[in-house]
Amino acid sequence: MSSLSDAGSLSDTAAGLLQIGLLLLLLAAVHVPLGDHIARTMTSSRHLRVERAAYRLLRVDADADTRWPTYALSVVGFSTVSILLLYAFLRLQGFLPLSLGFGAMEQTQAWNTAVSFVTNTNWQSYSGESALGHLVQMAGLTVQNFLSAAVGLAVAVALVRGLVSRGTSTIGSFWVDLVRSTVRVLLPLALLAAVLLLLTGVVQNLTGATEYTTLAGGSQTIVGGPIASQEAIKELGTNGGGFFNANSAHPFENPNAVSNLLEVFLLLVIPFSLPRAFGTMVGDHRQGLTILAVMGGLWGASLAVTTWAETHALGTVPQAVGSAMEGKEVRFGEWASALFATSTTMTSTGAVNSFHDSYTALGGGALLLNMMLGEVTPGGVGSGLYGMLVLAILTVFLGGLMVGRTPEYLGKKIRQREITLVALYILATPFALLVGVAVALSGASTRSAMLNSGPHGLSELLYAFASAANNNGSAFAGFGANTPFYNTALGLAMLLGRFVPLLLVLALAGAFARQRPADATTGTLPTSSVTFAGLHAAVVLVVAGLTFFPALSLGPLAEALA
Amino acid sequence: MSSTASTATLEPAGSTENGGAPTASLTALVRQARTGLVLLVAMTALLGLVYPGVVYAVGRLVPERADGQVVRVDGRPVGSALIGQQFTGAQWFAPRPSAAGDGYDPLASGASNLGPESTDLATSVAERRAAVAAADGVDPASVPADALTASGSGLDPDISPAYAQEQVARVARARGLDLTVVAGLVAAHTSGRAAGFLGEEHVNVLELNVALAATAG
Repeated sequence: MSSLSDAGSLSDTAAGLLQIGLLLLLLAAVHVPLGDHIARTMTSSRHLRVERAAYRLLRVDADADTRWPTYALSVVGFSTVSILLLYAFLRLQGFLPLSLGFGAMEQTQAWNTAVSFVTNTNWQSYSGESALGHLVQMAGLTVQNFLSAAVGLAVAVALVRGLVSRGTSTIGSFWVDLVRSTVRVLLPLALLAAVLLLLTGVVQNLTGATEYTTLAGGSQTIVGGPIASQEAIKELGTNGGGFFNANSAHPFENPNAVSNLLEVFLLLVIPFSLPRAFGTMVGDHRQGLTILAVMGGLWGASLAVTTWAETHALGTVPQAVGSAMEGKEVRFGEWASALFATSTTMTSTGAVNSFHDSYTALGGGALLLNMMLGEVTPGGVGSGLYGMLVLAILTVFLGGLMVGRTPEYLGKKIRQREITLVALYILATPFALLVGVAVALSGASTRSAMLNSGPHGLSELLYAFASAANNNGSAFAGFGANTPFYNTALGLAMLLGRFVPLLLVLALAGAFARQRPADATTGTLPTSSVTFAGLHAAVVLVVAGLTFFPALSLGPLAEALA
Repeated sequence: MSSTASTATLEPAGSTENGGAPTASLTALVRQARTGLVLLVAMTALLGLVYPGVVYAVGRLVPERADGQVVRVDGRPVGSALIGQQFTGAQWFAPRPSAAGDGYDPLASGASNLGPESTDLATSVAERRAAVAAADGVDPASVPADALTASGSGLDPDISPAYAQEQVARVARARGLDLTVVAGLVAAHTSGRAAGFLGEEHVNVLELNVALAATAG
């Protein structure tokens, strides 16, 4: 470490690589114990006392094991109530304490925001510091940051239960899964993370607007708030909705390089731990490792592309300036910005520590593609694992076709019903994305939302719908999304992009749960090998490539080649 | 109202797959929603009030950090060390360009969002380069990147050591201070990478200017 103490001697590249190395080391150390903790929590037959109290209050049987339609109804019922309550909260905030004088949010914006937080998207067409009081941020948004992540985790676990089921047809209880994910996984981790963030300098108070006379004699009004508590779960739950408009670029949310690395770690840690939880639940750690390898490999490749593009300052303005620093903070620079940007777009988080609209064409294009992969590398909390498992099933099916073997995954046959559900899953998000873009492009007034002209303008529009449909929430933020049309349309894209795939996954879980597992034979394609991981990664890329290449070639590719 | 419409589009997906009568499913959905409402209220108390409240209480143990590192001059608060301020005039170290409101407005944090091929951005960069080079009396080609570009937050408290050093001669002249004194202040306020490799070297402009004002008396 002595050589590191001399900061001047370390090149940007060496420091950047060491930073990535430390992150990987932390993730490698944590993913096994955390994955095992999640697996144990979700399969245990023991209830905590506080959980028993909750089940009594809810009047649900804690030991009831339900079939998939009941599970799905619970998810839909819970999410509907969540949207309605958050909508009401946003519309009524003027009557509530700690509103800081802000009144009701406009109808279409409140709809957009409510859907956004319940679907784990956290797209924000509002600006936190000029629209929301502290109570709505805490008791409205922070609560959904926890619960939407817990819903994702619950559904992923339900799919794994379907895969390991011995033909019982049941996939667990949604209420138990939701309560346990929250109480035993997310809440303790968020509390720890919030305290650590607080120590790095993230703000946590209840201060309203405070006016200062600046050193030079000007005036500046600074707003505080319960930021650390929201920041922790915003990253940990792969939500991404900033307390402020500038999100994690804002120094109150992300004051220095240490808080920055901690935030990147937090947004990656659960998605990268879930393959281990999966391996533990199916009783074969190599299955989990194979999934982890595909996730990690694609994340690393994308990080390399974006970091290369940003540090080489590609494009007219970055070349003129000598650096791609537009939209980036001095304390982070290109390396820590590209690391955050890649991780946030690959986890469906959508928090930003730098503004993607000003990224180089290649760097920004890679971020767009990250989302178009369907948020599976490693994806959002729960949604990343279930998306990856669906693609693994497709890989088995295609592999089976190629070599003439029976398509089976973990002993479960992939028949017409299963592959139909997989195909619908894969079509659902691109449908919401591309139809949305097409509708938006067909009207002159809706086209005017693009800030930049030419291919970059199209990239802004594509990015908006990719972000909404894949429940990411980040933006090419120059895009003027706060209009009744975009608030409504992007709200619909978020809703379809979340719940259609989620319900199809539950139906798939049900289909697998009905099957007794078959014993592996010489005709079974092994699904825990380097070959399978390669094929799996290829399927992830080919599915997205075939779907989005035409759109990408008119946007970022045209701009990069210009 | 649009949110209730969304429920209607989602609900049949559950009920048709179920194979049961739609009305039975609707009743089941209402029952599940009622359970959901009770859980949501309980969770709102736990996650929306107790959890932030506990973090708030912990924050009171480190009030200086939890309140955003307020900077005081002779006991008078002048802002936060984390939030950049506007400084114009030759006697101050200048911050980066800002896209937050009229500049460094914390009520309107944000970036320019202009893309790499934007002609507006190219024009702004050229204008800033000429202005900064003229003010600091340096070769336009040597102006550092952070002096030409707006940050992501619009509140960036820092500039690069290179940009701070570029401004030393101008500030020293304007204040009638010795060049080495001002250069010494910049060196004292240059922070290295955390642990030697995290993030980038930077100079906090407000803290540097506070020290500068104190030196100038």
